[in-house]
Amino acid sequence: MGRIMQNPVALGIIVIALLFTLLNTLIIVPETRQGVVVRFGEPVRIINRYQTDVPFGKTGAGLLWKIPFIEQVVWIDKRIRDVEMEQQQVLSTDQLRLQVDAFARFRITDPLRMYIAAGSEERVSDELRPILGSALRNELGKRPFAALLSPERGQVMDNIQAGLNRVARQYGAEIVDVRIKRADLPDGTPLDSAYQRMRTARDQEARTIRAQGAKQAQIIRAEADASAARTYAESFGKDADFYDFYRAMKSYETTFQGGGPDDPQSSFVLSPDNEYLRQFRGN
Amino acid sequence: MAGPWGNNGNNGDDGGSGGGPRNPWGNPPGGPSGGGRRGASSLEELFKKGTGGGFRGGIPKRPGGRSWWPLVAIGFIVLWVLLTSIHRVSPQERGVVTLLGSYSRTLQPGLHFSLPTPLEQVTKLDVEEIRTIDIPEGESEKLILTGDQNIVDLAYSVRWNIKAPELFLFQIADPEETIKEVAEAAMRAAVANFTLDDTIGSERSEIEQTVERNMQQLLDGYGAGVVIRGIAIKKADPPAAVNDAFKEVSAAQQTAQTYLNEARAYAQQLTAQAQGESAAFDKVYEEYRLAPRVTRQRMYYETMERVLSKVDKTIVEPRGVTPYLALPEIKKRAQQPPITTVEGQ
Repeated sequence: MGRIMQNPVALGIIVIALLFTLLNTLIIVPETRQGVVVRFGEPVRIINRYQTDVPFGKTGAGLLWKIPFIEQVVWIDKRIRDVEMEQQQVLSTDQLRLQVDAFARFRITDPLRMYIAAGSEERVSDELRPILGSALRNELGKRPFAALLSPERGQVMDNIQAGLNRVARQYGAEIVDVRIKRADLPDGTPLDSAYQRMRTARDQEARTIRAQGAKQAQIIRAEADASAARTYAESFGKDADFYDFYRAMKSYETTFQGGGPDDPQSSFVLSPDNEYLRQFRGN
Repeated sequence: MAGPWGNNGNNGDDGGSGGGPRNPWGNPPGGPSGGGRRGASSLEELFKKGTGGGFRGGIPKRPGGRSWWPLVAIGFIVLWVLLTSIHRVSPQERGVVTLLGSYSRTLQPGLHFSLPTPLEQVTKLDVEEIRTIDIPEGESEKLILTGDQNIVDLAYSVRWNIKAPELFLFQIADPEETIKEVAEAAMRAAVANFTLDDTIGSERSEIEQTVERNMQQLLDGYGAGVVIRGIAIKKADPPAAVNDAFKEVSAAQQTAQTYLNEARAYAQQLTAQAQGESAAFDKVYEEYRLAPRVTRQRMYYETMERVLSKVDKTIVEPRGVTPYLALPEIKKRAQQPPITTVEGQ
């Protein structure tokens, strides 16, 4: 013993081996993970398993131990993870297509089952993805297009979540939420025809607005004409004979106004019988 | 007394004749005339002396012959402990402490102590900073179907910050991505309840509030530990493909307004004219009523005077004569009035 203590190399090896064993015995379990302790490939116990409504600090996280080298820990995420689905084309009952993009959030609640059934969280995601897709197609396919736009109104999401949950439970997971992220018209004909519809609707609106404007304008003009006529009639009606004379004088003045170099002069050929020349004739 | 570098005695005056081992680059006692070989051998000697004097190992020994290693190691440990157990948490930060992985406490702003690092770890998070997520990123189009099956191009941003740092750290695998997806889902659901016109126009703030409310509800359901501070719709336009048609509508509105303006201007003008003319007639008529005959004649002569004074006049005696109306002549004269005037004179 004393000789070993004096041999620095041997001492070093022993210290390192002890440290290694210690590190292999102690497990520091973070809050974000749960684990399955596996002895020779056989799961023996679960550490820091997810439980609902247990505040952080009261969970199984912290310092734990295991039998070194014999037991291994398989770490499993304890946080909420997501299943990202590829876009799905959904056919409504009225034969319209919709491109739907959804996500589901899940949490591993039974690490042991998950370890046995799937092996890793990624596998769970992979397994849930197609099921989410088909659940979505089935559930949305039962509805007319208009109802697809706002599926939250109905039971749709609940049904999808329930369906997905049944499968998820087989993998030790629990679906926290399912949401439709996008619901778009597919590119190509459906989108183009929607655009076309929007365009024609706007065109109709534009025409209506213009026609309404023209109509209003016409009414305004007619009202003005009527009001002017009324004003004239009120005034001129007092003496129709004098109006005739008065207006004739005005009219002559306007019509026969000559003068100015640009304006060709009017020429008058007057008969001496003209009323204007009555005094000129001298009789 | 032994110095730290193991040179025994004779420390102090170097400035002497330069003969001693204190000055390795100096000339050996033989003086400057010594050759290269002699210099080399004296260097060897010097090294021998040095080795003998305790130059063994990288780090020399401290007084008493013990190694400096433990002191250095202790120094490192003390430094390590100091650096990892004193934490200054800024006013906008919170520190989440985990004791061997298990959540222990959240540090408020100020100076705090914890166990050194392998035992306790402190993660500081900025809880005051308002973070922004822009959807979509960049300038791309984000098309969303509205309730009346139209399509709107929407761009918005989500402002959020951390409310409960420990939840934020431990509850969700990718908080930012989660917030983004929840925002998209909530926005899509909200817009599906409004028509295109409402989305583009009056109901924007209503949509923003709905999305904010729904997002908060969903995220609280996940226990994400974040607060949604607000949704800002930056753009709600019809898609580029149909934008022209929408511009056409506003152009039509302008056109209609133009029609109305023109009609109103016409109406104003006409009314004013009618009022003016009738007022003028009324005035004259009042005078005329006082002396109808005279007024009538006066008006007649005055008008004739004004009319006939400016025009060419020809008085023809028609009785028994067939007047030859030299109309072309008149026309010619009309075309060249100045010349005719000169000739006439």
